[in-house]
Amino acid sequence: MKDEETRLKCHKIVGGCGEGKALVSHEPICFYLTDPRTGIVREKTHELAGKNLANKVLVFPSGKASSVVQIDGLFKLKLNNLAPKAMIVKDVETVLIVSAVLAKVPLVNRLEEDPFEAIHTGDTVKVDAEKGIVTVRKNFS
Amino acid sequence: MNLTREEEKVLNGELGRGTQAAMELLVAIGDAYDAEKMISISRAHAASSGQEGDLYFVELLANGGARCLVPTSTNPVYDIDFFHRLFEIPSDEAEVARRVMEAYKKVGAILSWSCLPYLTENIPLFGETVAFSESSATPYVNSVIGATTNREAAQSALAAGVVGKTPRYGLHIKENRKGTVLMKVEASLRGSFDYTLLGQFVGEQIGYGIPVLSGITRRPKTEELINFCAMSNTSGAMSMFYIPGFTVEAQTVQEAFQGDVPQDKIIVTDAELKRTWERMQTASGKIDFVMLGCPHYTLKQMAEAARLLEGKKIHGGVSFWICTSATTKALAKRMGYVDTIERAGGSVVVDTCIDEPCWTVYKDKVGMTDSPKCAYYRRFRDVVVAGLEDCVGAAVKGKYE
Repeated sequence: MKDEETRLKCHKIVGGCGEGKALVSHEPICFYLTDPRTGIVREKTHELAGKNLANKVLVFPSGKASSVVQIDGLFKLKLNNLAPKAMIVKDVETVLIVSAVLAKVPLVNRLEEDPFEAIHTGDTVKVDAEKGIVTVRKNFS
Repeated sequence: MNLTREEEKVLNGELGRGTQAAMELLVAIGDAYDAEKMISISRAHAASSGQEGDLYFVELLANGGARCLVPTSTNPVYDIDFFHRLFEIPSDEAEVARRVMEAYKKVGAILSWSCLPYLTENIPLFGETVAFSESSATPYVNSVIGATTNREAAQSALAAGVVGKTPRYGLHIKENRKGTVLMKVEASLRGSFDYTLLGQFVGEQIGYGIPVLSGITRRPKTEELINFCAMSNTSGAMSMFYIPGFTVEAQTVQEAFQGDVPQDKIIVTDAELKRTWERMQTASGKIDFVMLGCPHYTLKQMAEAARLLEGKKIHGGVSFWICTSATTKALAKRMGYVDTIERAGGSVVVDTCIDEPCWTVYKDKVGMTDSPKCAYYRRFRDVVVAGLEDCVGAAVKGKYE
């Protein structure tokens, strides 16, 4: 079956370009509560518990938890080459912006469609923050 | 964003790589929030942590020649020498912490290593524009003091401290400071641990938001407000709140909502706070350590701990710790509180946060604390949460029932 590709406009927060398989979370994420050696979410009650966010394009509503741990969490993943390739969020907040700047992970918001409708876990997603374009490829095969 | 010629120069690196990196971060934040311009700040508090992300940025600034333009205080890391004498700290972790502390010194920060700078080392006044990170500091400064700050990260606060500016967005704009959720407090709020539970509950309920708490008739004490701020900004992301009549910016509920009082309200009862407490409890029985001072204990809390420990002996199987600032410990020592605590077998440690790698020795142990925040980060196998009196009681008996 033929793959279907959609291009969506977005708003750049932190620049760069990243591509990978989408991982969608409807709950806010605290990167400190992932295992820095594997990228596996270890927050037991989280919908992504046990899932690996390394090298994914992460789609989630916003960050959470204290600034110190959030930044250190993402930075440690980056040092181990396990950070997400890019992040698409609904709401920005200062702490998440700082986390993304420090870890050099492209971060965008204001997708022209609801990101939770347009993107599903497993889609191939390219985020070009510089051009403000998100490309979503559904893998039907 | 519209930058002035001076700001453009900083962004272009004409004043050095350090301030350039700081300005790049501030501009990224400003752009994300559609801020129109930068505004001057009078002070900042960087929630330094002695961890890798913290190290990367403070060294980038310090080694790039940046220096704090306004008073900028620092959060706890840990007292490396003190812990080295007691137990093994992984040497790479200690090295990170040492370099972080050096770099903050080099960048010209106030070396307070305290999470309550707004009480002692770096105190904003009503109406000041500031950049304060740290869980309890952001809501306390906005609500209790009435200065304006956004929910900063350590790095955005430090960047603001060296540039002397922050983007004009969020809580620096009056319209954004209005209440978003009405909460009617029917709970009796008998003391500071009740405010801890209230904070936990409010944070869980609101996520991001500005709660207006009606129904509180007794003036909250400083420590109660600190606990409330720390918890509500950990279980949720609460940058500001109102207790009309007691916090400074609104005398009435109507004023707190800038006119539009919502129809719906959340009722906070004693039963609700009891359930909140019960949800936290995962352990009982034998305990290995008690950890107090998250946030740092104030002088008054040191006095209270000393009073409860007077003439008592902490159980041989229990280590007992209180974290506070160097300033507070010096005064508590002079007042005799530190001696009383030490005679009972406890220790008062400065410059240190509960969430630091110096405590790895306890990672498979069961502890007890009066701070749900301490339990949240899972540095330990299990942590029982209860008020100070219960913590002291359990420390003496060696177990919590």
